[in-house]
Amino acid sequence: MEIFGIPSALFGSQLLIGLINGSFYAILSLGLAIIFGLLNIINFAHGAQYMMGAFVAWIALTRFGINYWAALLLSPVLIGLLGVVLERTMLRKLYKLDHLYGLLLTFGLALIFEGVFRDRYGISGQSYEVPELLQGGINLGFMFLPIYRAWVVVAALTVCFGTWFMIEKTKLGAYLRAGTENPQMVQALGINVPLLITFTYGYGVALAAFAGVLAAPIYQVSPMMGSNLIIVVFAVVVIGGMGSIMGSIVTGLGLGLIEGLTRVFYPEASAVVVFVIMVIVLLVRPAGLFGRTA
Amino acid sequence: MQSNMSALARATPLVFIALFVIGLAAPFFIYPTFLMKILCFGLFACAFNLLLGYVGLLSFGHAAFLGTAGYVCGWVVRDFGLTPELGILAGTLAAGALGWVFGSLAIRRTGIYFAMITLALAQMVYFLALQIKATGGEDGLQGVPRGHLFGLIDLSDNLAMYYLVFAVFCIGFFIIYRTIHSPFGQILKAIRENEPRAMSLGYDVAKFKLLAFVLSAALAGMAGATKTLVFQLASLTDVHWHMSGEVVLMTLLGGLGTVLGPLVGAATIVSLQTELADTVGSWVTVIMGAIFVACVLAFRRGIVGEIMALVRRAGIR
Repeated sequence: MEIFGIPSALFGSQLLIGLINGSFYAILSLGLAIIFGLLNIINFAHGAQYMMGAFVAWIALTRFGINYWAALLLSPVLIGLLGVVLERTMLRKLYKLDHLYGLLLTFGLALIFEGVFRDRYGISGQSYEVPELLQGGINLGFMFLPIYRAWVVVAALTVCFGTWFMIEKTKLGAYLRAGTENPQMVQALGINVPLLITFTYGYGVALAAFAGVLAAPIYQVSPMMGSNLIIVVFAVVVIGGMGSIMGSIVTGLGLGLIEGLTRVFYPEASAVVVFVIMVIVLLVRPAGLFGRTA
Repeated sequence: MQSNMSALARATPLVFIALFVIGLAAPFFIYPTFLMKILCFGLFACAFNLLLGYVGLLSFGHAAFLGTAGYVCGWVVRDFGLTPELGILAGTLAAGALGWVFGSLAIRRTGIYFAMITLALAQMVYFLALQIKATGGEDGLQGVPRGHLFGLIDLSDNLAMYYLVFAVFCIGFFIIYRTIHSPFGQILKAIRENEPRAMSLGYDVAKFKLLAFVLSAALAGMAGATKTLVFQLASLTDVHWHMSGEVVLMTLLGGLGTVLGPLVGAATIVSLQTELADTVGSWVTVIMGAIFVACVLAFRRGIVGEIMALVRRAGIR
């Protein structure tokens, strides 16, 4: 079977990789958008926190024999708590200053995290075995579908839509949205805004760590795995605009798919296609696809 | 306060003259290659500071200009046999042209988005540099000859090379200094302080931002092209985002929006890296990150900014 003169197995597997990358873009840009909404800072350490999420899972397995499913919960909690500490001790001091200082501080933190892990584990990647329950694959007739990869897409989308539901439909989400619009007013109504901010940062960071654990069996667990990804995610955020939660999810998935398609038809351009799309969007619709006019 | 300011202003030419003399004499006391590295990064940081310190635009992609100019300079000098001064000129022009493209895209957004766009565009340049054959990919562009300046002066002599680098730095620094203290520079500062107001006064803000961006990119390119001649190598390190972060750190540490801050910051960071590379190895990144965090949390004026604040305070008492 062939699609546009390309074997369907190749076509299907590249689209699947695109979908998986897209899931990671979605979950990471979602975290960035939530944090940006309330804290007004861009969390440059997001990539490093994703990397640490993967490392926690790997260390938990190799050192303590904690399995994948426990790590899927443990790692986001630990890294999320680290996020809470960072917010309480450092980020909090910057809210009254220019937003750029938040970017610079988290950039410094990213360098520290990356440096520590590189010193400890070197630059070569560590492999993480796919959990037993998710090994193997299904033959769909036109392509072979590894179960773990299907699981990643499902898990990532579940978390994304769960987050969307929490923000759009629950009371906590209503506080969050109100805090994004007008924090002083929300504070005046008796809601503990500083606590809300701390929680938001912790949750955004935990999302990154969750993505890291999902990624561990697919990619090599290495200290540099986050930094290259996060720059693409920045481009995704510029394309989508950070105004809408659903916008982040849709843009992330869509760009992952486009990247996958590019890998089929013109592999040389696959590393830069997201950036090229960013340039086109900036020319046509500078505020981003889902952004409010800034 | 007024008299203190003028005391500072009166001291400024003396400081410049002293620094110029030190610059002339330095290679007889300190290893010239080390000094050349400081001067190249100093010019790079000064060019970056023109944008962040005086227009308030944080570019997180300045490595693209440093690196591209380095590649262009290395390419025309090695493969077309151009003289060094033409190589530097070609690199500078290429970086300026790239700056025009990046600038016209990035100034469509402000603040944090501006930083992310410049970072993403620079990453695109990095991937292109990795894939295109002319750059030598992972190996870089090796064996660039220093050549003869104007076809006459042999630059393989480190001392001759040093004085060329020193001259390039002084030219670049003078251009930046004149820009800051010109009516054009005053408008840039007005944009930094209050963009809507500058716009309402009738200034075409976008045009001024773009001009400043192109100038900053071109001067960063001048530093990159010169650096390629010094080390006879243009490599991926110069286009990597780490380099973009490093120049932010140099400027921040030295003093944002001060004339001499970026040079002081560059000298400090380059010395630190040279010093630390032998002793702590891969902890250099961690230390750079820690300095970053410390600067943002507690030391936002930077070295030169703190000194100037001290001088002012001493004057009041």
